[in-house]
Amino acid sequence: MTPQPATTPPELKAQARELNFHYGAFHALKNISLPVYNEKITALIGPSGCGKSTFLRCFNRMHDLYPDNRYGGEIRLFPDDVNLLSPDVDPIEVRMRVSMVFQKPNPFPKSIFENAAYGLRVRGINKKAELEEKVETALVNAALWNEVKDRLQEPAFNLSGGQQQRLCIARALAIDPELVLFDEPTSALDPIATASIEELMLELKEKVSILIVTHNMQQAARVSNNTAFLFEGDLIEYGLTKELFVKPHNKQTEDYITGRFG
Amino acid sequence: MKLPETQNIIRRQRLYEQLFIILGIVALLVALMTLLALFTRLAIDGMPRLTPDFFTNFPSRFAERAGILSAWVGSFLVMFVTACAAIPLGVSAGIYLEEYAPKNRWTAIIEINVMNLAGIPSIVYGLLALGLFVQILGFGQSILSAGLTLALLILPIIIVSTREALRGIPGGIREAAYALGATRWQVVSDHLLPYSSGGVLTGVIIGLSRAIGETAPIITIGALTFIAFLPSSPFIAEFPFISFKWVLDPFTVMPIQMFNWTSRPEEAFQFNAAAAGVVLLAMTLLMNGIAIWLRYRIRKSIKW
Amino acid sequence: MKSSHPRARKRRIKEGLIETGLLAAACSSVAITFAILYILVKESLNFFAEVPLFDFLTDTQWTPLFDDAHFGIITLISGTVTTTLVALSVAVPLGLTIAIYISEFASPRLRETIKPILEILGAVPTVVFGYFALIVVTPLLQKIYPDLPGFNMLSAGLVMGIMIVPYISSVSEDAMRAVPMHLREGAFAMGATRLRTALTVVVPAAFSGLAAALTLGCSRAVGETMVVAVAAGMQPNLTMNPLQPAATISSFIVQVSLGDLPHDSIGYKTIFAAGLTLLLITLVFNVIGFWLRQKFREEY
Repeated sequence: MTPQPATTPPELKAQARELNFHYGAFHALKNISLPVYNEKITALIGPSGCGKSTFLRCFNRMHDLYPDNRYGGEIRLFPDDVNLLSPDVDPIEVRMRVSMVFQKPNPFPKSIFENAAYGLRVRGINKKAELEEKVETALVNAALWNEVKDRLQEPAFNLSGGQQQRLCIARALAIDPELVLFDEPTSALDPIATASIEELMLELKEKVSILIVTHNMQQAARVSNNTAFLFEGDLIEYGLTKELFVKPHNKQTEDYITGRFG
Repeated sequence: MKLPETQNIIRRQRLYEQLFIILGIVALLVALMTLLALFTRLAIDGMPRLTPDFFTNFPSRFAERAGILSAWVGSFLVMFVTACAAIPLGVSAGIYLEEYAPKNRWTAIIEINVMNLAGIPSIVYGLLALGLFVQILGFGQSILSAGLTLALLILPIIIVSTREALRGIPGGIREAAYALGATRWQVVSDHLLPYSSGGVLTGVIIGLSRAIGETAPIITIGALTFIAFLPSSPFIAEFPFISFKWVLDPFTVMPIQMFNWTSRPEEAFQFNAAAAGVVLLAMTLLMNGIAIWLRYRIRKSIKW
Repeated sequence: MKSSHPRARKRRIKEGLIETGLLAAACSSVAITFAILYILVKESLNFFAEVPLFDFLTDTQWTPLFDDAHFGIITLISGTVTTTLVALSVAVPLGLTIAIYISEFASPRLRETIKPILEILGAVPTVVFGYFALIVVTPLLQKIYPDLPGFNMLSAGLVMGIMIVPYISSVSEDAMRAVPMHLREGAFAMGATRLRTALTVVVPAAFSGLAAALTLGCSRAVGETMVVAVAAGMQPNLTMNPLQPAATISSFIVQVSLGDLPHDSIGYKTIFAAGLTLLLITLVFNVIGFWLRQKFREEY
């Protein structure tokens, strides 16, 4: 075996530090510290109600939309090392850098084109040529361009569920986000659409950093580089996906991934 | 964060948002202040006239001697007829449409029709009543005609609220009752109606409060506006002690009395109008208040 | 399986009778519609036997009770349209702004306080609003335009507008609240503000409901009677100038009904022809509303 050149350690994109989160009196996340690496997929797994979606939604401050939510700790976003949770940081600015794909495809009641262009328009981009170019790139990246290029003005609701979800991915990609959050993106889709979204995520890994919540352990094993297992608001175990699924250190992790509960 | 151009955009967006919030509050204040101004003005003009005599006097040529006796008695009697006609009819229709009706074209036509009826101006109901009740059926310009007219007018309100109340009952309750061998009518009368009674009652009260303030359709049937006597008494000395002669008597009602005084040029009558307005408003607000409270209680107490 | 047991038969008969009774009640609403059409058309036919339809549509004067009788419905329509336009120019912006504010910005507590108050505003009897227009709003407007006549369409229209606000705001708000949260979150996650989300996502998604609210507001304004009858004066006046007094279709019907007209007089027949016209106008709004609801049906 020829010695491999020492691989440079992966670059950090974001880092949660001692993150705590309360819904009113309920302590939903307890002291979670977790790195998210650049151009890698980090998966969050765990049983329903373990806090994985809550954790994900801290990264774009979605919790700010509802009253009685409280954050503690920080999430630092690199390269500029800014704390996303700081009260001085505008949640809208956070959302312009960190975009999100939801559990259920949620295209807007607009044309396919306007859906993909939405984030650009929010950023004040209204020039036709620029919009067209960026929308095309995003739709190509979301592997949807060939299916929709001749009907960009049709309502997005006419698309199938899988296509709608890819449109939502295109919408999230069009703004060149630094980090994309996927909240169980395939749980409302059939197996064929799921396979195409998973394939897409593997391609996207080359371009953006991804944090994904999934209910489906096979999916985590197939697509992610790193996996974190959460249980009842605690981070139980975190590691390289291939190690965590092969020889978990923690008994609870093992029970969960072998299907003994969850 | 180092995104100066985005920060400008965000700042602008935030500014628009603040401006809209101000706009929203101003819009609300315009509506609420109008309501407040209406209440205050009515109270200021009308309160001094609200003496006990005002409630026990008949209308008069002399403003300071005029009262609303015939008007409030008329309003009560008309409401009684309206309730007797509209509640059974509206609730039955609601039950049929929600629990019995097959999903077919005829049902769809009835549903669209109910929606359409709700959008027909009240004065058109007045014309219907003039042609049908007054002329063809010969009820004349009576309490019966007025009561039935208002019943037709509020029928859609009662139908819709009955349906909504029934729809709120989970299907499991129906299945549980059927599983015990109940017939369809037993399911409706033993379970669905009692459980939905609060919602139905809310709709009925809202409907009646709408009816009590309606003026135009009653003017259309030709109700006289100067009535200085009461309808015949519903209670009589001889057997069977109850008489329905009053339903065919002429009458006046509160909103008509108010309209009548409003259209007088003398200022003294304006104060009478305001006083009648206070009483009328108190009646409608009381009914609406009860409905709002009832709805609030239902929402608090029932957790299916 | 049909049991022939006498008790079962009795039960079936009873159930059948009850169902028939309920069906009859449901059909009564259709009967009302037919009765309205029958009465209005029948009396209008009598009217058009005496007054040519052409005159009805083209004459520019409306003096049915004069010796020199003219029957130009356009005169009444002008009053109806003017008061309606004034009312909608108040009610639509106010109603929609309030609806967006309550649905997208207000805290739950504020919402729970405001909705009953708006409901009360919607429950005030129209004759009381008429009094308010005549006694409060007109003198107020006269401070701004001293030449404003005591009876005018502006004051009536403005008050009608406020009166219609609760109808528009409550139906619109219901439609917007029905838009699922995940659709809003999609926009928030893109960095949109609440206002932008409301205007670019929630309003289009709720469009069919908003259209229903607007058409409801229109037909209310067109059919509203008492405010106009009290505050706009009742003399027919072919004008679109809201500073003038004028009669509307509905206030004309009231005016005629206040007098005592013999059953077969032309005045009596006139109000049915006017009523039919009013019904047709509101019907047009209802059909437009129905069509918009079908076309833009929510399919989140």
